[in-house]
Amino acid sequence: MIDVVIFFFILGVIARLAKSDLRLPEALYETLSIYLLLAIGLKGGIELSRQPLGDLLPQMGATALLSFVIPFLLYPVFRGLRLGAADSAALGAHFGSVSVVTFAVVTANLAQRDIPYESHAALWVAIMEAPGLVAGVLLARLFSREDNANRTGQPNPMGWGKLAHDVFFGKSVLLLIGGLIIGAIAGEAGTAPIKAVFIDPFKGVLALFLLELGLVAGGRLAEVKRFGLVALGIGVIVPPVLACIGAAVGWLLGLSTGGVAVLATLAASASYIAAPTAMRIAVPQANAALSITVSLGIAFPFNLVVGIPAYIWLANTITG
Amino acid sequence: MSLTKHPRKLLVIIAESLIESLLIDDVMHMGAHGYTVTDVRGRGASGTREGNWEADRTIRMEVVCDTDVADQIGAHILEKYARHYGVTMYFSDVQVFRPEKF
Repeated sequence: MIDVVIFFFILGVIARLAKSDLRLPEALYETLSIYLLLAIGLKGGIELSRQPLGDLLPQMGATALLSFVIPFLLYPVFRGLRLGAADSAALGAHFGSVSVVTFAVVTANLAQRDIPYESHAALWVAIMEAPGLVAGVLLARLFSREDNANRTGQPNPMGWGKLAHDVFFGKSVLLLIGGLIIGAIAGEAGTAPIKAVFIDPFKGVLALFLLELGLVAGGRLAEVKRFGLVALGIGVIVPPVLACIGAAVGWLLGLSTGGVAVLATLAASASYIAAPTAMRIAVPQANAALSITVSLGIAFPFNLVVGIPAYIWLANTITG
Repeated sequence: MSLTKHPRKLLVIIAESLIESLLIDDVMHMGAHGYTVTDVRGRGASGTREGNWEADRTIRMEVVCDTDVADQIGAHILEKYARHYGVTMYFSDVQVFRPEKF
């Protein structure tokens, strides 16, 4: 059975394709995304308050490494598909970084099927946002000829300092880490008074946010035609391949079945908030429309509808 | 009472909102005394921008200043950003009451 929130996403896509006048106010989109990031952080943080952080160090290291390595794995593949150096680096960074909403959907899915997962998984999300972006920028600076030309002539408008600031103090990492810390300090008892806002209505808010993302993703579908089969192929083949790598890492870490499914999904997901912003600033010569079309227009719906059930099946099979 | 009006340039910059903070730094650094920013949406050479999520937002920045300053800012933005970012600029003549503000 498809999770009910997915129907909202599909409704948004249909509304968009049918040229409906449905449009969620920008302020609501912003509010919902802040809510989801904080709620996910808080939930993970409450769990963190129950266990020593030291025990989680291997997981933290492995997830950071996974996110960092993904763009390096994808770069030669994208180059082989004749994408430019900057485009390959930027697109790789989108896959290296993660999609918070995809994470929210896989956890909702697991809860619905009564499959337990590591409740501090939000920590992995927060950790996996940044390393992929750094790897993408490194690749672009190493291989993009235009960037090298810039180094001698006109300086790139963005240094590493600005990039680091934008990534670590950008809203997604700031709110996730902020929520984790607040949850960890306040614990279950401390967060009880705000539970009615941040924990209980989570899934309803997620449904509303997916409606909006359906509208946005639907708008990108026209772009898919522009970029052709290569973009479509990348968007549906790369996620399952990365999911297998993520699942293997989760299995090696000795995670639960749910945990393996979550890590597989995180590896497969492509960022559409942190990555487009960071790549636009740090690798401006890359084609932003290509990365966004692949990550939000193809990989995101694919993961939601086809990927997540498959990754849960995969996790079930290997942890059997 | 007759109020004297003073000529100034109005520079309007329409750009991706991602570079807003960079533009603000540059504009103020180059001698503007202020600016006004609004969120906008529309269509141009860079395609349609609807502004309903992070990477799709567009701003319109208005700067009223001396002609020299406006020219400098315009040339600088053209050189630094126009190659890779969606940027539209136009100038017009305006009149102000209090020239020291601009």
